[in-house]
Amino acid sequence: MLHKTKQGLVHIENRRSISSITECSKCISCKGGREERRELWRREGENTVTERRICCSRKKRYKQAIKYFKRYTSNMSRPPGRKQDNHKISRELFVLTYGALVAQLCKDYEKDEDVNTCLDRMGYGIGVRLIEDFLARSAVKKCRSYSETAEMIAQVAFKMYLGVTPSVSCTSATGDEFSLILDKNPLVDFVEELPAERASLCYCNLLCGVIRGALEMVHLAAEVTFLQDKLKGDAVTEIGIIFLRKTEDKKHKRNK
Amino acid sequence: MADEALFLLLHSEMVAGLYRAAEQGEGENGRCITKLENMGFRVGQGLIERFTKDTARFKDELDIMKFICKDFWTTVFKKQIDNLRTNHQGIYVLQDNKFRLLTQMSAGKQYLEHAPKYLAFTCGLIRGGLSNLGIKSIVTAEVSTMPACKFQVMIQKM
Repeated sequence: MLHKTKQGLVHIENRRSISSITECSKCISCKGGREERRELWRREGENTVTERRICCSRKKRYKQAIKYFKRYTSNMSRPPGRKQDNHKISRELFVLTYGALVAQLCKDYEKDEDVNTCLDRMGYGIGVRLIEDFLARSAVKKCRSYSETAEMIAQVAFKMYLGVTPSVSCTSATGDEFSLILDKNPLVDFVEELPAERASLCYCNLLCGVIRGALEMVHLAAEVTFLQDKLKGDAVTEIGIIFLRKTEDKKHKRNK
Repeated sequence: MADEALFLLLHSEMVAGLYRAAEQGEGENGRCITKLENMGFRVGQGLIERFTKDTARFKDELDIMKFICKDFWTTVFKKQIDNLRTNHQGIYVLQDNKFRLLTQMSAGKQYLEHAPKYLAFTCGLIRGGLSNLGIKSIVTAEVSTMPACKFQVMIQKM
């Protein structure tokens, strides 16, 4: 009997003889001890003939097991470090895109302040949307103080999106001002130095805007600036966050 | 994982920022798409260099296009190109039925006139990648129904 199946195999013979009943083993999945059926399959276009042992009543199970096995082994055959490479390359995509953006802005605007403002504004737009993504991914609890917020930004958010963990330190007695110190800034991976005519460009000003926008969406007004920048010759990159207190108390007094 | 969200947001901000600047400026409206495409070109060049550092040499043009459709697209957009068609004379059409940069925008004909802005960067990305693999080309994109889109690559014989 000859017929074509979807996979292109041609079934040429269905063999069940007395000798095969005595020599074949018990079906492993079928506990009733029924005999196996041996079938010869010839792949279309090839000359090999393979013998397949199919349990008479559990044909489906065997086929599923073969499919699962094939899928599993094909996944295993990929090189092991692939996922990490992909992760690294998608981060490089972001860094390269950011670099191209800064280069284009430098071409469009002559003054550094305009470029900085533009980057800050873009960062703000990104930050107001990124905070939702962040909260959805990290599912963190509400922060109870400014220092907890700063720690959250440094240890969770930066780690999640940029893969680095800046160190946090409080720079004021009132607990309103913090600074994040970055030893390694992935955004400047491909930047050697700022060109001479762009000495006051804040290359990573986008980060300031992102933090500011994200904090505003959780009802915390803040001022974020770059205090030190490695690209400008300082030792480390330092981002300063100043939390601005809400003026609710003052409003109450005025109404009275 | 999380980088995907960053890149998507950065891309949409880039498009918005450039168009905002063009509106306030002296009316250079047509230049925005060119600027986006040039940015994509530069990024594509750099990215393909880092990506193909350890891969084997490509046999022919079709092999390169298949690499772009599978590995390159998977790394950048986390999925493969759904359909690659060619006329074997230097024209390739890459069809993506659920283009990552357009899925959040609409699922039909709404905002169709804004779609080309969001495709310019990717066109440049493909052109830059091909250029650093030794193929000079022109890449255009068309959208009939969001989020599906087609990129047409025309190889230029030097």
